[in-house]
Amino acid sequence: MDLDPEDVFKDEEDGSDNEFFQQSASSKEYVVYLVDASPKMFNTTCPGKDQKDETHFHLAVSCIAESLKTQIISRSYDEVAICFFNTREKKNLQDLNGVFVFNVAEREHLDRPTARLIKEFDCLQESFMREIGSQYGIVPGSRENSLYNALWVAQALLRKGSIKTADKRILLLTNEDDPFGGLLGAAKADMTRTSLQRAKDAQDLGISIELLPLSCPDEEFNVKVFYADLLGLDGEDLVQFMPSAGQKLEDMKDQLRKRMFTRRIIRRITFDITNGLSIQLNTYALIRPAVPGAITWLDSVTNLPLKIERSLICEDTGALIQEPPKRFQPYRNENVKFSMDEISEMKGISTGCLRLLGFKPLSCLKDYHNLRPSTFVYPSDQEVVGSTCIFIALYRSMLRLKRFAVAFYGSSSHPQLVALVAQDEVAKAGVQIEPPGINMIYLPYSDDIRDVEEIFPDTDDDAPRADEDQIQKAAALIKRIDMRDFSVSQFANPETLCSTAGSSSRRR
Amino acid sequence: MLYRLSRFLRDHYVIWQNLLTWGGKKKEKPGNGQQFSNTIKSLPHFSVSPLSSSFKFQLTPQALLSLCLLGAEFTRSSMARNKEKLVLLLDVGPSMHSVLPEVEKVCSMLVEKKLIFRKNDEVGVVVFGTEETNNDLTKEVGGYDHIVVLEDIKVVDGDLIDTLQKLPRGTVDGDFLDAIVVGMDMLIKKYKDIHKGKKRLCLITNAVHPIKDSLEGTKEDQVETIAAQMTAQGMKMESVVVRGRLSQDANKRIMDENDRLLSIFSKQTLTRTVYVDSPTSLLGALKTRRITPVTVFRGDLELSPDMKIKVWVYKRTQEEKFPTLKKYSEKAPQTNKFATHQVKVDYEYKTVDGASKVVPPEQRIKGYRYGPQVVPISAAEWDAVKFKPEKGVKLLGFTDASNIMRHYYMKDVYLFIAEPGNTRAILSVSAIARAMKEMNKVAILRCVWRQGQQNVVLGVLTPNISQNDKLPDSFYFNVLPFIEDVREYQFPSFNSFPVSWQPNEQQQKAADELVQMLNLAPSGKEEALLPDYTPNPVLERFYRHLELKSKQPDAAVPPLDGTLKRITEPDPELFFENKSVIDALRKHFELKENPKLKKSARRLLREKPSGSNDEDGDADVSDAQAVNSIEKALVVKIEKIGDLTPVQDFEVILSRRDSPEWVGKAIKEMRDKILGLLSDSHEGDNHLIAVECIAALRKGCILEQEPEPYNNFLRYLNLYCQQKGMSNFWQLLASRKLTLVSKSEAADSDVTDNEARRFFVKTEPKPKD
Repeated sequence: MDLDPEDVFKDEEDGSDNEFFQQSASSKEYVVYLVDASPKMFNTTCPGKDQKDETHFHLAVSCIAESLKTQIISRSYDEVAICFFNTREKKNLQDLNGVFVFNVAEREHLDRPTARLIKEFDCLQESFMREIGSQYGIVPGSRENSLYNALWVAQALLRKGSIKTADKRILLLTNEDDPFGGLLGAAKADMTRTSLQRAKDAQDLGISIELLPLSCPDEEFNVKVFYADLLGLDGEDLVQFMPSAGQKLEDMKDQLRKRMFTRRIIRRITFDITNGLSIQLNTYALIRPAVPGAITWLDSVTNLPLKIERSLICEDTGALIQEPPKRFQPYRNENVKFSMDEISEMKGISTGCLRLLGFKPLSCLKDYHNLRPSTFVYPSDQEVVGSTCIFIALYRSMLRLKRFAVAFYGSSSHPQLVALVAQDEVAKAGVQIEPPGINMIYLPYSDDIRDVEEIFPDTDDDAPRADEDQIQKAAALIKRIDMRDFSVSQFANPETLCSTAGSSSRRR
Repeated sequence: MLYRLSRFLRDHYVIWQNLLTWGGKKKEKPGNGQQFSNTIKSLPHFSVSPLSSSFKFQLTPQALLSLCLLGAEFTRSSMARNKEKLVLLLDVGPSMHSVLPEVEKVCSMLVEKKLIFRKNDEVGVVVFGTEETNNDLTKEVGGYDHIVVLEDIKVVDGDLIDTLQKLPRGTVDGDFLDAIVVGMDMLIKKYKDIHKGKKRLCLITNAVHPIKDSLEGTKEDQVETIAAQMTAQGMKMESVVVRGRLSQDANKRIMDENDRLLSIFSKQTLTRTVYVDSPTSLLGALKTRRITPVTVFRGDLELSPDMKIKVWVYKRTQEEKFPTLKKYSEKAPQTNKFATHQVKVDYEYKTVDGASKVVPPEQRIKGYRYGPQVVPISAAEWDAVKFKPEKGVKLLGFTDASNIMRHYYMKDVYLFIAEPGNTRAILSVSAIARAMKEMNKVAILRCVWRQGQQNVVLGVLTPNISQNDKLPDSFYFNVLPFIEDVREYQFPSFNSFPVSWQPNEQQQKAADELVQMLNLAPSGKEEALLPDYTPNPVLERFYRHLELKSKQPDAAVPPLDGTLKRITEPDPELFFENKSVIDALRKHFELKENPKLKKSARRLLREKPSGSNDEDGDADVSDAQAVNSIEKALVVKIEKIGDLTPVQDFEVILSRRDSPEWVGKAIKEMRDKILGLLSDSHEGDNHLIAVECIAALRKGCILEQEPEPYNNFLRYLNLYCQQKGMSNFWQLLASRKLTLVSKSEAADSDVTDNEARRFFVKTEPKPKD
């Protein structure tokens, strides 16, 4: 137990590999959940299974609770604040009416989620009416505007940190598509104008406002009435805005939960189709193994974290080595030395972009042509106009012709051949299950593929083969144990669950 | 006469070998003399030729003599269990010359890796198609011409690489079957019939020239007897046949015949025959590093509690990483010959308070992060909550193959095989695999490979129907993600995009053409860039550099040669053949830098809410390097306005979109440049350039809708010219009408059209009238 096993096996050169799997602290996210607590949120229900209807408010709160639990494990550097508007009580630094910032002890308003926050937020539903209360903050005849106040409070909460290092978002959950609908004339115009200005000010500061609308059973949430202006949606964007579809509780929950994630770009890459035709793509890590809580060493007397200092000692002289040492490989009875520069030069075999090499039928992509989790690729016209159009054209051709592209992805740490496989959009009950785009599958080299001939034992005889009768029996068996609706990610990892349960129980 | 003898020997090689083999058996079961003579009598053709009888008496004592050595060999063999004994059989005939550089590379790489990873392996080198002849068989029995044993079988060393790096260029069309016999002879003479499964032949040829006819029986018969012998001796063979583009002019009939002959080896022996048609796949086709396979799991595949199949699980793919090089210490004095130069890495755990005290191991406790908090959990406590699943592989069920998307495969791939020798298990696996294939089903498994392993693996089992009669059917297994591993981001559907983003009919047609024509797997030809035959260019480069450096310590990193560039860059030939398709694509699609990305528009775009299209919102968190690489592809990255082409430089910087700062920077740089030009000017020699720069600046400021900087600068210039008495320059500007930017040109301007028109008149330092 002298060494931290994780450190022993860590090589400096492996750093890039870790980056592939882990999120770095530098790309953190500040989120303010802005939840409408108006009576309409409590009065509207959506039908659930077994007659268990849930109010929109309940739905919103439980989705946030779920998202917090995921976040504390997988993205614990992100900071959150939970803020209700249209409340009876008020609690905010600006002392504005109708806005209540929910928080727990030992925590700033905008801070990383803690076990306590999750626990108390879970219990909030019971105490909400008693302690916070629901009350329309936009009342005809008064100058109060709780939406305006809420945006102000959220913006103030997000004043922390620079937008260069953090992504700032306000997630607005409401079922009211026309917040000033009850007002008339000048009062309405005035409130609309000031609220829009507030939103624009926040956006000018680099804060993105996202709307998670909840549709009422009888009418769909109409984003055009008011929120399109608030969000700054026009033309193309309005078309792309995905209205919440489906009335069922489970679907709505699913949808909300999915929308709470930001699509985090891991890289922007150039895709060289041919010389002179290079388009822009964004890559996303949709599938990566979740790493269960990182281990830190503590002093068992004080429970304070320990710092680990690494020193390099020359085995011959015992001297401490300060400068980064050269590397060597024993070869032909001598030590062949390499400088770190030479090593990175050897690895740098390409310019870092994705280069198209050609196309193959999908049948060429074998089940054993795999090494690592895939990366999702989606086009962007932000830098290069026309990227999306070419991408869609190639994407549709590949889908139709059942072919995939072979390309070389020259990342500096892991230059590799990749298969680009088009994925058609799949949706069920209005919920997107597979996004449209291209999946980049990292292909092995011949060096990475083991010989089957080596694996199978030597025999002089032909291998036995099942006859038709035996195959039919097997087919009958397969029919008996068929899982018709199987979909990937139905199962939670028992290990993560276990360690989380351990940690949370320990907290109390 | 010699030829006939040679042919005859090849035909009867088997007899000779049988004697040897039989001898080996005799040693195991002494006193079986009767069987010995029976065998001799039962051998066909034995008494047919007088030649053979003399031959028999030459060899039998030799065989028996060698038996005495076997006892010693047997004990040693257990130690050398994993040492490979390899004979390289390399065709160096004239038709092979063009690929010999690659043959040299792949063979040296093979030996290089052995020198590092398998120092005790033994290798011999035989070349055929040479002018000369030098091998044991030719001396002993004649024949076997044009075959030279370059290196006898020996433990790998550096000389071997030197030999392989300069293979002779032969002058004769070689006979690969003769070469195989020579190679077998070398292995048999050296190791007798021990080291079964560790003896290997590696043949690299294009097999475009006919092998010599047999005196008795067909060529097929010959190959069959040799193949039988190979199996009996426990030899494996790997044949790499270089074809396609690399052997255009060859005779089809001969090639077909040779292919048929070679396929006999694949069917009847453990021979891997690989056809390659590019130098690149030649480098990848030969396994240069052999890793002894180790089972990940041996036990039951539980279909149900009372239905189990015995299986063994191996890795099918595993990344061969860049070698972890040791750290080198230069501290030891040069004179110290025994210095190890090794570096020890020492870890100290210290308190974070000011004291920085070292904390002893027994005082340390592991803490687990839960949000910002760290929860200390002692080993004992951890043990109590730790998830401890039972070892085992259980079937959860079967499902349609279409339910499992290919991109959900998470890791390297496993191979499930039935327990070797267990016919029932082999049949069960075969039946299920074939039924799954027919029904297009896959199986979902839950696996815990080892007892005490903490994690459970969920994955998909897919059928792998064997194409080789010798190999049983098996399954591939790929790991699937758990819920926590999947991020369910939503992306807008392509159909919802505005029409301007959708490809039109011609564009779609151009894309279809490209996808169809840029074909890497044309029917009837070898699939290009097949992962199984594509070497890792970085590793190739490392081992080449290593070899270079061992001879010349300051050797530079070798550049990627053409063969390796076929992996990292498009094949110029393929792209040239499809030039029309590519040109059509270029014609139909237009790419340009986003013109909307003016300062004002840029801000809007960046802050557009993520609910709609949040790539833009995320721009700031993305990797700046990657953004730069996009720029690099579009324009040469220019950050300063130079002296040579100031106008172009300015335009390039102005159009950079990787940061909003560039516009301001470009304008400022241009202003400084212009003032620099004016102050450095001798008798107005710079004035024309300065005017061009001002014109560019004006144009740029209008394009970017930034009138202020230009107008302020022009007003400043006015004063500057008055002070320096540069009225001629000012007139030059007036004649080019480079006046203030007016409201009608840029909305933000505070200058009216009239004002702009009158600017030069009003401000003329020395009015003419």
